[in-house]
Amino acid sequence: MSRLPVKKTYKLYIGGAFPRSESGRSYEVEGANVARASRKDVRDAVRAAREALAKWGSLTAYNRGQVLYRVAEVLEGRRAQFAELTGSDEEVDAAVDRWVWYAGWSDKLAQVLGSSNPVAGPYFNFTIPEPTGVAGIVAPEEPALAGLVSRLAPAIVGGNTAVVVASERHPLAAVTLAEVLATSDVPGGVVNILTGRKDELTPVLAGHMDVNALDLAGVDGDREELERLAAENVKRVVRNGEGQSPWHAAAFLELKTVWHPIGV
Amino acid sequence: MAQAPALPRGFELPLEPRLPRIGSVDQVAVEERADALARRSIKRESKLFALELAVRMMDLTTLEGADTPGKIAALCSKAMRPDPSDLTVPPVAAVCVYPNLVPHALERLEGSGVKVASVATAFPSGQSPIEVKLEETARVAELGADEIDMVIDRGAFLSGNYARVYDEVRRVKEACGEARLKVILETGELGTYDNVRRASLLAIAGGADFVKTSTGKIQPAATLPVTLVMLEAIRDVHEETGRRIGMKPAGGIRTAKQAVQHLVLLHETLGPEWLTPDLFRFGASTLLNDVLLQIRKERTGRYQSPDYFTID
Amino acid sequence: MADLERRQDRSPVPSAFEYAAAPESREIVRLEERYGLFVGGEWVEPRSGEFHPTVSPATEEPLAEVAYGGAEDVDLAVAAAREAFDDGWSGLPASERAKYLFRVARILQERSREFAVLESLDGGKPIRESRDVDLPLSAAHFFYYAGWADKLEYAFPNRTPRPVGVAGQVIPWNFPLLMLSWKIAPALAAGNTVVLKPAETTPLTALLFCDVLRQAELPPGVVNIVTGDGRAGAELVKHPDVDKVAFTGSTEVGKAIQKAVAGTGKKLTLELGGKAANIIFDDAALDQAVEGIVNGIYFNQGHVCCAGSRLFVQESIYEATIAKLKRRMGTLRVGDPLDKNTDVGAINSQQQLEKIKELVATGEQEGAEIYQPPCRLPEKGWWFAPTVFTNVAQSYRIAQEEIFGPVLSVLTFRTPDEAVEKANNTPYGLSAGVWTEKGSRILSLAQRLRAGVIWANTYNRFDPASPFGGYKESGFGREGGLHGLEPYLRFDE
Repeated sequence: MSRLPVKKTYKLYIGGAFPRSESGRSYEVEGANVARASRKDVRDAVRAAREALAKWGSLTAYNRGQVLYRVAEVLEGRRAQFAELTGSDEEVDAAVDRWVWYAGWSDKLAQVLGSSNPVAGPYFNFTIPEPTGVAGIVAPEEPALAGLVSRLAPAIVGGNTAVVVASERHPLAAVTLAEVLATSDVPGGVVNILTGRKDELTPVLAGHMDVNALDLAGVDGDREELERLAAENVKRVVRNGEGQSPWHAAAFLELKTVWHPIGV
Repeated sequence: MAQAPALPRGFELPLEPRLPRIGSVDQVAVEERADALARRSIKRESKLFALELAVRMMDLTTLEGADTPGKIAALCSKAMRPDPSDLTVPPVAAVCVYPNLVPHALERLEGSGVKVASVATAFPSGQSPIEVKLEETARVAELGADEIDMVIDRGAFLSGNYARVYDEVRRVKEACGEARLKVILETGELGTYDNVRRASLLAIAGGADFVKTSTGKIQPAATLPVTLVMLEAIRDVHEETGRRIGMKPAGGIRTAKQAVQHLVLLHETLGPEWLTPDLFRFGASTLLNDVLLQIRKERTGRYQSPDYFTID
Repeated sequence: MADLERRQDRSPVPSAFEYAAAPESREIVRLEERYGLFVGGEWVEPRSGEFHPTVSPATEEPLAEVAYGGAEDVDLAVAAAREAFDDGWSGLPASERAKYLFRVARILQERSREFAVLESLDGGKPIRESRDVDLPLSAAHFFYYAGWADKLEYAFPNRTPRPVGVAGQVIPWNFPLLMLSWKIAPALAAGNTVVLKPAETTPLTALLFCDVLRQAELPPGVVNIVTGDGRAGAELVKHPDVDKVAFTGSTEVGKAIQKAVAGTGKKLTLELGGKAANIIFDDAALDQAVEGIVNGIYFNQGHVCCAGSRLFVQESIYEATIAKLKRRMGTLRVGDPLDKNTDVGAINSQQQLEKIKELVATGEQEGAEIYQPPCRLPEKGWWFAPTVFTNVAQSYRIAQEEIFGPVLSVLTFRTPDEAVEKANNTPYGLSAGVWTEKGSRILSLAQRLRAGVIWANTYNRFDPASPFGGYKESGFGREGGLHGLEPYLRFDE
């Protein structure tokens, strides 16, 4: 006799909690009713990301690396579930491996991207990378998990917090990743994941004055209007390519240069 | 105004009730500022004014083991009439000699208005018992010196015994009687501008009428940034207490150009009020002739030769 | 304002000890009556047919007629740059490229006096600054990037750097030649060709720079100079054959440019406005801090995007600091930019002067207390006395908006946290200053201040090896240093 399974409600992930959309809306996709976020959910997610920034950004790089590695561990533990969702073992493996790869970058970015600068005068001068702030990420439609990981991990490894608009057609992997994040050591608010209509959410995110960087990888159509909205507060529009690279992380970082006289 | 902030260890003693904050000095910035001021260019008329002022501010100095009455006689003649061919050139402020030569200098300079300054307190090292220093000071005062140039005990200062330094200045000042006291910090041995500022304030607190950079026996001696740091300390004391302290850069100033640069620093830091021999002196042995040479150049428009100026 | 003018009429304190008028001779500069555009290595008449005079802000005297390029002119310049890029420059051995840049650097050094005088003449900045800052730094910038030209692969390990193509560059009027150098040197080192638009009010050193290019025998079209106003700049940044846009100027125009290139995929760097906090703690080396404050805001008449225009003083040393500051302001010499003793020169344009006056008037209306040292301003030309506002609240316009003039707003704080919070409370994030003798506090503040350049116990220092650029609405991308190459390269990865 077959058992009736208990179905999961796929909700948003904001500030470490799993709320429904404040609008009460959902949409049917991948055989489930998935929350359909609203403008106000974007607002709440950005607020959560901003609140989480100070702590996440000032963790030691080593500590941030530990937290991210823990994510990979939990992700690996849910391998079967993700394989079922994505339909591809390879994609899950790639996602886990990529996550581990970026986790290891946390305490190397400053060494590779920073510098000490030999200025012509009695000054010590150095340049270090720092998080730019809140990153808005529009995740690629496919591959739903590996695509999201490839965009999210380089954004947060350097100390940024993120608001993600998940794949519209394949949101379940993103929501399940949220469960992974929530059950590992990532503080609430560091990653916020919204599901719903990209057309509706992306312009709100692009125009939000408290978002500092924008990765439009998952926007299939015209980006012109979105980039115009981004200009209103001089957002960094990230144009990272495929694959993995410390410079993908660098695209979400500011460079700060510090001068100090050398004297006795 | 500002309350005296936390004092460094050893400063907790009954200094004056009000002193400016001791604070610190940034080496790079103070050197840059001095360098920028050194590049001011001044008017021709002002240059003549500055050169003559430099003569009037000069403590013509000889501090050699080989000093003799004859040498002092020559020096005094030069002091009273620096340029025999140009009687408009004023006499210098003072001659500065060792204690034994004070009577000779006094005799030669009598009635000229040129003052006699003497070093004391185991110059140049200051490494003698305080009783000896006090005795020497009192003796020099008794001989009739108008001004006494003491040295601080750098050994005490550098080992953090600020109280001893302060105490010595205070007691030497008492022993000076009517004579004015110049306190030599020997900045070339202090190591940092922080120490130069600290020692300046300490000496002023102890009763110095003048603070002076150097003995002339140690290099570096008077440099522009050192002078600037000391002038700033003097300015802070004036603003805090109203006291007017004099400044005497000594050692290493050999050219008229350097002298004028010091005067620019003085003018920018303390204003026209300090442009007087009462509040500023140059301690120098070879500076005078270059200043005379430049005065004549300004007056005649001709570049000069040292052959026309006496070596005394 | 009447009150203000009366104060300005007061003569300086009379003294037997005055500085000479020590004017730098203008003889060294030979100006043409009118200048065309520099396109494809030649002087060409503007298709727009438009010419306007550029004037000396110190005397309002017209110096020369300068072409105002239009859309067609920009198009021709971009075509020349494209041709030069395709036709050899991008394929030239990198070591040869380097040698051209070394030549430019050397020629700038050799002709530095001429450039310095012209810069002060056209822009109004004191000769002391154009001579000691703008020119040496311009030459140094070319030297620095010359060396990178054939070493790019060492700057970007595991990546393959290639030039982007044609760079369209728009520069401001506050450091005309230096900004030109910041733009052109890395662009050429990376193998790009350039169309540069100088600022409307300060085109002359860029035009003289074309003669440096002639002497350096730079291939035609590698650098093209299109003078003009905002219209030429707008045409340049939106031109479809420009691959890379670099802009230094106001945040307002920067946003417009970011919108103009939206969706085009062009590489973009923006170096925009600022409202930097200069923070003085009670243990600072106070006399040097005061020098830093003065240098921070009165350097180049305050026409500096990274000027320390908001002074935060710890309350325990507020009075002492303000007293020292006012005394020091009294020694600033305002006047003839060509006089070697001048500390503060002319305001760059009448328009800028009006803007400064307007903001200063709001400061007085809002209740801040104004102080200007007695100084006599010349009758002709555009001038503004060094100004400090005390009793300024964070909410006043003079504490929020970039004035871009010699106007300082003073605020106070009690604790380090309060200083950081107030300093960061702005949409800008270009630079900040911190003055304290406590090492750990410097590092803490340097970490927490949201700005691209932190000057600790110093201010307004620049160097070609040191990356410069902002956070937040002060722009993105860095100029200077290894990091300044990246905006001019693409990477196939």
